[in-house]
Amino acid sequence: MNKDIVAGLKGGAVIALSASPFAVLFGAVAVDNGLTVFDAALMSATIYAGASQLVGIELFGQQVAPWLIVLSIFAVNFRHILYSAAIARHIRGYSLLQKAIAFFFLTDPQFAEAIRRAEQGRPLTFTWYMAFALVFYFSWLFFSTLGAWFGSMLGDPKAWAIDVLLPIYFLGLVLAFRRKPGFYPVVAASMVGSVAGYYFVGSPWHVSIGAICGVLVAALLPLPAQPVAAEVSEEAAS
Amino acid sequence: MDDLSILWLILAAALATYATRVGGYVLITRMRTLPPRLEQALNAVPAAVLTTLWAPAFFTNGWDVRLALIAAALVSLRYPGLIMLAAGWAAAMLARHLFGL
Repeated sequence: MNKDIVAGLKGGAVIALSASPFAVLFGAVAVDNGLTVFDAALMSATIYAGASQLVGIELFGQQVAPWLIVLSIFAVNFRHILYSAAIARHIRGYSLLQKAIAFFFLTDPQFAEAIRRAEQGRPLTFTWYMAFALVFYFSWLFFSTLGAWFGSMLGDPKAWAIDVLLPIYFLGLVLAFRRKPGFYPVVAASMVGSVAGYYFVGSPWHVSIGAICGVLVAALLPLPAQPVAAEVSEEAAS
Repeated sequence: MDDLSILWLILAAALATYATRVGGYVLITRMRTLPPRLEQALNAVPAAVLTTLWAPAFFTNGWDVRLALIAAALVSLRYPGLIMLAAGWAAAMLARHLFGL
């Protein structure tokens, strides 16, 4: 089999495994809030963004205007705008259709693993991207449907320490970027911003607040002596 | 809410989500050259966003979660992702079931 397919399937399986408890949780909570199994599966299949799906079902149960629900989901997913901007220069070789497809699957782990791959100088091929994406997508869909069916039979996820898996996974992804210039000030700013946002504004807004703090600090840091543009063209050449 | 309006609501939410996943690309490709500070900001996106997905868990939970994250961070300096995940998970299990944290 093609090396890119194998690498993509492997990477996708790791994240699929760590995210599966959250997919089950989503399905269970959705049915608990009065959605049908079909609605829960449809949300996973079409929205495909965990945190915003949970926000959505939270609001479905209340008397909230539909446009406000859509706006809330948009706001929770706002960070993806940063992702598609940051990934743009790495996928110049994709056709327009390939780009349109790839963006649908641009989740947090998909973005992080893709950027890491590109920065390690390995080709970010459409084959690798889709192998990774499809494993994650179908396992997300499968486990959220499973959770919707069997949700009420679940025990306490804390007893099995399932709740710590995703934070650990994301911490690992962050640490993989630790040799980048400006890493520590950016992480510190994002930490302060997200924790303060969590306390004073609440979840899930802390994600956007923390992200904006980190990105702003990066923009304000002194520029390196060598122009950044030169570094980028080197990357493209390698 | 009736079934049909939930269906439309889900599809509208899906469209809004897709818009965020395409939006940054559409905006950035409108620019011919990127100002260096914008370039630097874009480079920081992974670390800045992904930090928000673990930092609140670290600071708002008890020592069980903290120990798990610290153990995982130390292990990740030398070992690949799955081993790090296992180490953090084991630390959380030990903290909860052996030490009652």
